[in-house]
Amino acid sequence: MSWELLIKWLPDFLEGAWLTLQLVGVSVIAGLLFALPLGIARASRHPLVRALPYGYIFFFRGTPLLVQLFLVYYGLAQFEVIRQSFLWTYLRDPYWCAVITMTMHTAAYIAEILRGAIQSVPQGEVEAARALGMSRSQTLWHILLPRAARIGLPAYSNEVILMLKASALASTITLLELTGMARKVAARTYMYEEMFLVAGVIYLIIAFALMQGFKQLERWLRVDACQGR
Amino acid sequence: MIPDLHGFGAALLAGTWITIQLALASLALGLVLGLLGALAKTSPYPFFRWLGGTYSTIVRGVPELLWVLLIYFGTVNMVRVLGESLGIERLALSPFAAGTIALGLCFGAYATEVFRGALLAIPKGHREAGLALGLGKRRIFWRLILPQMWRIALPGLGNLFMILMKDTALVSVIGLEEVMRTSQIAVTASKEPFTFFLVAALIYLCLTIVAMTGMYFLERRAGRGFSRSAT
Repeated sequence: MSWELLIKWLPDFLEGAWLTLQLVGVSVIAGLLFALPLGIARASRHPLVRALPYGYIFFFRGTPLLVQLFLVYYGLAQFEVIRQSFLWTYLRDPYWCAVITMTMHTAAYIAEILRGAIQSVPQGEVEAARALGMSRSQTLWHILLPRAARIGLPAYSNEVILMLKASALASTITLLELTGMARKVAARTYMYEEMFLVAGVIYLIIAFALMQGFKQLERWLRVDACQGR
Repeated sequence: MIPDLHGFGAALLAGTWITIQLALASLALGLVLGLLGALAKTSPYPFFRWLGGTYSTIVRGVPELLWVLLIYFGTVNMVRVLGESLGIERLALSPFAAGTIALGLCFGAYATEVFRGALLAIPKGHREAGLALGLGKRRIFWRLILPQMWRIALPGLGNLFMILMKDTALVSVIGLEEVMRTSQIAVTASKEPFTFFLVAALIYLCLTIVAMTGMYFLERRAGRGFSRSAT
């Protein structure tokens, strides 16, 4: 492939990459906030509280993201009620559909990561906090969650990389993110191999940068210092 | 509460069968690739180590959907040239073949890491015991190492298979008539997108449950002699 062609289409690719980053960034952060109550409920001692989020998590982990995207983007239009409501301004926009679906999808996975992290905080630390006179919510906010955040961080960074790759599915609901842009450019130029390879290289660069970023974050949070038990 | 399927029930079942075939074919290819990748990554030769590492890093860093597109659309010229050199007119990859290769490639990259972990978890003494008994290198691998790796690798491979089964939906993008594509066709005919995509979701849930049950029994069988209940 000639360099001129690459330079000619590079702005389009960068635009696509920017949209990809937006989708991933919004969904993993919103997903984390949404997953917090789910994960805490999943680690609860009460069977009923544990069971409630399980249905949600089971559905979102057991079905493909593509199905979920189509359910939200194409499926919801089937109902007159939704098309009449104020929500329709958002739900007819592929961008918001992708953000909402990806957030709900990743929240299910992050909730399970959180549950695992909360459960692997040594019981003695919780008991120590309680013995010092901390209340249950104080123990949760000052002991349990900061510890769980460090335990769960490596798994969370994996989830972010997985969401980066999952964001490619947004191209199926007409969004021109990196994969969508590559398809558009490839259809214009008839250079499928080259254009998809360019997109692949950009994905690799983004994934590499994210991994480095999380490595820095782990160092900043002193994750390895917390591993010794 | 069985929804009205507008006569698409049989088509959806046929699509489910294609999905299952695709998942199993990709699993077979992916297991072979993963085993080769793990052997390459633990090889004493630096070139093979580099090859295995590059394979698993690059394939894992690029979206599955992009691999499906790249292999289906990107290899058209290459496959045609190959066909012409073999004297076959207009040779092309079918969506099923392209999907199998793409998903097998992705499964293999993750399986490389799972198998490598399992390979490293087997005590060195077992290999040495085989050598002391006068077994050849190949027999040690097939008879001693591989059966033991299986038990350690199984939970990881099970998780990967669940992911693989959901990724088969991506192959609908290149027109293979599996569950997803069939429901899309049903949607265009019936104008009921929610119903049919929900049915598709339920089919995937059922497949996941079946796979989970299968994994439970496989793990129990592989763990016999190790689990507490067996003693």
